[in-house]
Amino acid sequence: MSTVNEKITSEIREKVRELLASGHVAAFLGYTSGSVPMVMQPLIIRTPEDADRLEWNSFCVLNLANYLPALLKSFEPPRRPGDPPPEGPLPKVGVLATGCWSRNMVIQVQENQVDRDRVVVVGISSRGMVDRKKVLAAVGHRDVTAVYEYDHSLKVSGPGYEREINRWDVVRDNCRTCVHPDPVIFDHMIGDLKGERDVADRFRQVEDIEVLAPEDRWSWFSTEIASCIRCYACRNACPLCYCPTCFVDDSRPQWVGKSIDKADTAIFHILRAYHCAGRCTDCGSCESACPMGIKMRILTRKLQKDVLELYGAEAGMDMQSPPPLSTYKMDDPQDFILTESIKGEEK
Amino acid sequence: MNDISKSKGAWEPKIIAFLCNWCSYAGADLAGVSRYQYPPSIRIVRVPCSGRVSPNLILDALRSGADGVLVSGCHPGDCHYISGNYYARRRFALLKRFLEFVGVEPDRVNFTWISASEGEQFAQVATEVTERVRKLGPATHLLKEF
Repeated sequence: MSTVNEKITSEIREKVRELLASGHVAAFLGYTSGSVPMVMQPLIIRTPEDADRLEWNSFCVLNLANYLPALLKSFEPPRRPGDPPPEGPLPKVGVLATGCWSRNMVIQVQENQVDRDRVVVVGISSRGMVDRKKVLAAVGHRDVTAVYEYDHSLKVSGPGYEREINRWDVVRDNCRTCVHPDPVIFDHMIGDLKGERDVADRFRQVEDIEVLAPEDRWSWFSTEIASCIRCYACRNACPLCYCPTCFVDDSRPQWVGKSIDKADTAIFHILRAYHCAGRCTDCGSCESACPMGIKMRILTRKLQKDVLELYGAEAGMDMQSPPPLSTYKMDDPQDFILTESIKGEEK
Repeated sequence: MNDISKSKGAWEPKIIAFLCNWCSYAGADLAGVSRYQYPPSIRIVRVPCSGRVSPNLILDALRSGADGVLVSGCHPGDCHYISGNYYARRRFALLKRFLEFVGVEPDRVNFTWISASEGEQFAQVATEVTERVRKLGPATHLLKEF
């Protein structure tokens, strides 16, 4: 009997082979196994024969939307700024999308990074991805040479040991609190839609910190980012970060220094998270990409919570509704404005 | 920072105020012309609109040694550019909550609306913000030691 992921893998291969063979898409962006266990690598294939290289399992942690704009651009004739757009229909590109990835694609379409008509989305309802750091912790950070995935458990083995771990115990934090596992946009669907998940306290991680005193919050924040080596893996893994020149690379003015100075690292993390305000879909790529195990996702999660509380919006859920920070209402909450709060106190 | 400001007792807060050209800057000007007293701790940076004030500017002020930041624009509905302060309001609301989340004291970063005719209110706000920041003491969290 084949597992859920084996079934998904074979369905993906079949669908992609069909799309490439019919010439409907010029390339397909999916996943293949990496060179070590628990690491999957994004793969772009261009021929139907290569479809068999595609794989699907619980370690596809990076957001494929991240690679989409550059992949689309690679099929456009080169042109300089100001040149007219290329004439005629351009080749289409296929891509796999779970709930959060598809929401990032919606954002990319809204922000004119991706042309929806040129993307063929093959949707998969996400079962939650596994955090390899959690697996490593579960086996006491011993070497892992093989991981076999069943539907609800993982068989992890290494030199001199073999362990079976409950899958849900090692699923990433963001997937555990995810309420939208289904793709928002798709042209083809692998498997069925699951519907919204019901999560009791989805912002629990954030609330646990909010209740602390300011000094304790600062010590949590500064301890959390203390090990940051400023490799910018979190930025590079993020489909929202596509500015040609990132604020960290600006030298006039230089917003943040390039060393691992405490203040600079803090400002980097504050600004990186803030740039994702109202756009972050909590895909968890940043946290999965971090080599130091920093939980920077809590920062973007906080912004997500506030955007939902203040403006009732969730990023990428609807192609028609504008991103929350690109719009406004006349009566947006403003108790934080000093003159307004003084007025309130007088009343 | 010079040595006098570092020595205890003589410490006075340094507050960077980003004031929009059309309302708050004129309001500050009116406060001066009308001879309202307010503490000299406010350093004014004139910006075209409160919508121009990006979080980068606010954090850069704190990084460079400001003890507090004040951002002020036109009242909602009065923006010279029609809607700049509406967009700014959303951004500032999130930024203020977010900075508090990572442990920056709530009174460090302040936002107000001051119109060109509110000279007296500007003096009041400047006094209020200075007092609040004075109570907190020098800002150290995001200060970079050069």
